[in-house]
This record gives sequence, structure tokens and C-alpha cells, in this order.
Amino acid sequence: MSSATATKRPGRTRTPRAAHGTRPRGPDFGAWFLVLPALLPILVLSVGPLLYGIALAFTDAQSGRTRATGWVGTLNFQDLLHDTLFWDSFRIGVVWAVGVTVPQFLLALGLALLLNQKLRFRWLARALAIVPWAMPEVVVGIMWRLVYNPDAGILNETIRNLGLGEGRDWLSGLATALPAVILVGVWAGMPQTTVALLAGLQNTPHELHEAAALDGAGAWRRFRTVTWPALRPVALAITALNLIWNFNSFALVYVLTNGGPGGRTRLPMLFAYEEAFRYGQFGYAAAMGCVMIAAVSVLIALSLVRRLKGDQDR
Amino acid sequence: MSALRTSRPARFGQYVALLAYLVFLAFPFLWLISTAFKPAPELASLHPTWIPKDPTLANFRQAFDEQPLLRAAANSLVAAVAAAVIAVAVATPLAYVTARHRGRLASAATGWVVISQAFPFVLVIIPLFLILKNLHLINSVLGLVLVYVVWSLPFALWMLTGYVRAVPAELEEAAAVDGAGRLRTLVSVTAPLLLPGIIATALFAFVTAWNEFFFALVLLKTPEKQTLPVVLTHFLGAEGVADLGPLAAAAFLATLPSLVVFGFLQRRITGGMLAGAVKS
Repeated sequence: MSSATATKRPGRTRTPRAAHGTRPRGPDFGAWFLVLPALLPILVLSVGPLLYGIALAFTDAQSGRTRATGWVGTLNFQDLLHDTLFWDSFRIGVVWAVGVTVPQFLLALGLALLLNQKLRFRWLARALAIVPWAMPEVVVGIMWRLVYNPDAGILNETIRNLGLGEGRDWLSGLATALPAVILVGVWAGMPQTTVALLAGLQNTPHELHEAAALDGAGAWRRFRTVTWPALRPVALAITALNLIWNFNSFALVYVLTNGGPGGRTRLPMLFAYEEAFRYGQFGYAAAMGCVMIAAVSVLIALSLVRRLKGDQDR
Repeated sequence: MSALRTSRPARFGQYVALLAYLVFLAFPFLWLISTAFKPAPELASLHPTWIPKDPTLANFRQAFDEQPLLRAAANSLVAAVAAAVIAVAVATPLAYVTARHRGRLASAATGWVVISQAFPFVLVIIPLFLILKNLHLINSVLGLVLVYVVWSLPFALWMLTGYVRAVPAELEEAAAVDGAGRLRTLVSVTAPLLLPGIIATALFAFVTAWNEFFFALVLLKTPEKQTLPVVLTHFLGAEGVADLGPLAAAAFLATLPSLVVFGFLQRRITGGMLAGAVKS
């Protein structure tokens, strides 16, 4: 699948020389000319709003009176500190992010290893693995609501047919709602992780595998000594990204439970969305966004530290 | 594969595992399709079946009657096509520069790609909402397109940089030696080789915009402006009580375009992700 890109890899070593080769055409006005069309919208519609958003967190901006906003210092953050509902939702966000990312990774790793084998019907699995990825999150949510539907859903019908009881209303049960949405999260994000890991697998040198096999290494040993070391960078990167994406996710849970029952699935994004666009508390919601980005930054910093350490170990 | 002979029980285990994955991946989607074609009485039955006994298209008709699906699809189409075309037009030159010149600009671009993945969108959407409101672009597809362009830029840049790196710089050098100017080289040597990558990136940006929900939910207020994912949620009703059949029918229809595009793209996207990932 990736052979085209893999064979082109040696090109990388030649790039620095190539850059020299094209350079002696005077100062790089050309480069800036090429860069500006992208830089401008990025600055105006991405970096700008991000900074503006951080600034809003220190104001009492509300949807009704956005112009006459007053600077309130760290008041929003102080309020946030005592907002138990927010910290509940923060905790739910962490449970959700970890609860989705970890099983998703393990399942995706298993599938990627299978798809890397010469199995019949593997094309079917590859094709199917695309489906959740291509679907709008809203549709994924709707689809699983049909599956979880207490009466007409296939899940309860299967439970009834297996004689395991009557089934239940999974999405409205206080105890079952969060696990139920986590399962959907795992399903929805698995393909992307699988594809990334599969790509990583196909970059591991096959000769090493054969050599290890000839030396009598079993499947598990080969995985630990050959596959995993080669896969580790991709695995760490995709896991960090998945944690961040999941922590920031919105649409899936909005459609599945809209944060219910009783706030048991109210992810931080849902909380901040309601605060901003239902109650109009722009400043307060922006402060929530700041806390979220701070949490995520810690995660990024941690994974970078690990990566640097890993580089040293080598 | 020659030296790695898998034992028979192991092979068997692999097929069992593969089957389990197939079932897990497919069953919700099959259930969606099954529900979409079931007549109302079957949907009300307490013992639902996989295959509709009396398949019908009534749900599709009812879905179109209940919600402005066609207009929503048109809105989605306009937003997604415009976003994809603009994003790629803007990202390609930047990707070219980041791929060929390793300098401060290139690392800044890469850094921004990484950081943008971590944005909690709520922090960005509030200022964007205020900015677009001042520009009178709330409840307008144009405003949404602007947001989508910026939003899909990081990934477009990521993919395209990989594709540019895959074009051997020697070809450009050769053209330069032959006396072609920079622009000439770009247009007649690099661009044609880059075209498949550009198309793949554009299609990917299209699908992302077609599927997007959060920005559309916040920025589009009236039903006649809303995109397909937002209109789909109207089927859920206020108390979450839904008319299952039309809901399933509409949801199934909304998936088809991105499914078709993704089917085309499967190989290219993996290649693009790879190119971006391993070469940065």
C-alpha cells in the first residue's frame, strides 16, 4: 500500500544539496511571495483568534454586550477553580480520552498486525476500516443511537436472543452512559489509528523479521525485538494525538447523549459550548478553553520529554 | 514472507480475529442500512430483524419531506468544494517552500501544524464568532468557508509537504541548468508531478468539511443556511425522541458522498499520511 512512498525515501538525504542548487537566484522574494497567501489567513483566522480567545478569558465578555467588555483579571479563572461542575466535566473528559485512546490503540494494533499478514479477505477489512473514518461524526452518533435503542435496537435484541436478560436503555443509564459512548469513540477512531500503525509496520524492514525468525525467535519475541522498536515512534505520536483529539471532542457525544444523563457524559467541550452559546458567557467559556489547552500542553510537553529521552537512549 | 511460515493453528486464530474485527466494524453500519429500509410497523416491533421483511423507500421520502435535505446537501457541497479548492490553492505554495527550504519558516510551519491539532475549538470559535459577526458573516456559508479553509490548512500543508518531497529536486535542478526560470520550473516540471497529491489533498479537505459539525452548528443559525450534519440533528427532536426510519435514511444518504470519495482516496491518504509523517 505504501510501497510508492517507501521507495522514494532515499530522496530525503539529497534534499539539503537540492535546496542549495535552486537557491542562487537572488534573495528569496519568491519564497515569501509563495508563503504569503497561506500566512495571511493563518494569522488572521487562526493565530489571531487564538490570542484573542486567550485575551477574552480575562474579560467579562458576554454574547449580548461584546463591545463594552471589561477587563476582570483572573476572576474567570478563580470562578472556574470553584466550579465543581466544570471539574466534574474535566474529569469525565480525562476518563473519556484515556478510556477511548487505550482500547482503541490496542484494538488498532491488533488489526494492523493482522492486515500486515497475507490473509484472505484482508481487503474487506481494509475497505470496512475506511467506513467509520469517512462517516460524519453526526452520522456515527445517530447510527449508534439506533444500535443502542432500547426497543428497536440490535444490541438489546441480541442480548434478548442470547437469553442474557431484557437489555437496557444504555445511553440514559447513569452507570452505562459513559461506557456506552466510550465504546462508540473506540469504534469511530480505530480506523485512523489502524492506518497510521499499518503505515508504521510497512516501514519496518522485513529482512530483520526473517533474520529473527531464522534465529528461532517466536512471534512474541519478534514483535518485541523487531516490530515494536520500529513502531514505537509512530505509536507514541498517534497516541498523544488521539488523547488530545479525544479530550477535545464534541460532535459524537453531542449527538449520542448531549452530555446526559445528569451530566455523566458532559465532556469539557460540551460544557464550554453550552456556557458560550447557550448562556452567552463568552469570557467564562474562553477561560475553560484556556484550561483545556493548558492541560493538553502538559501532555504535549510530557510526550516531547519522553521523545527526547528516547533519542538519548539510542 | 518466505521465512515466516505461520503454523496452522496460528493462521486459524488470525482468521477468527479478523472475522471478529469485520463484525465489529460492520455491524453498526449494516444496522443503519437495515433500519433505513424498514417500514414503520417493523420499526415498532419489539423483535427487530436484520433483514427488513418488507423493504421500503418510504423512509427516504419522509426524510425529504420533514427536513430541507436537498438544500442542506447543496450548502454542504458549496462549503466543502470552496473550502477544499481554496485550502489547496493556498497551501500548495507554502508546502513547496517548507519542503524545499529548511529554515525558520519551515520549522514555524511544522510547529503550527502540531499546535493546531491541540486547539480546543471552543477557544477559537468564540473570537471567530465575534469577528465574523462584525463582518456580517454569521449565518453565511461564506463565513463557514473561511473557517473551513483555515481549519483544513494544517493537514493540507502536512500532506502536500510530503508530496513535494517525493518529487526529486534533481528534476528542478536539471530544468534550472537548462535555463528555465523558477516559475517556469514550477509550472512545467513540479506542478504536473504534484498534481495527484494535490487532488488527493483537495478530496481529503472536501470530506473533512462535508463531515464537519461544530463550526457549522455555531455559525449557521437558520435552517435554510445549515449544512447536512446540522440538519440531521433536527431529526433527533427536542427530547431525543426520533423517528427512526427517516433518521436512518437521511443519515445513510449523508454518508454516501464522503464514502465514495474515501473509497477512491484510501491508498492516497495512507501514502500522504506516510509521506508527511516519515519525512518531516
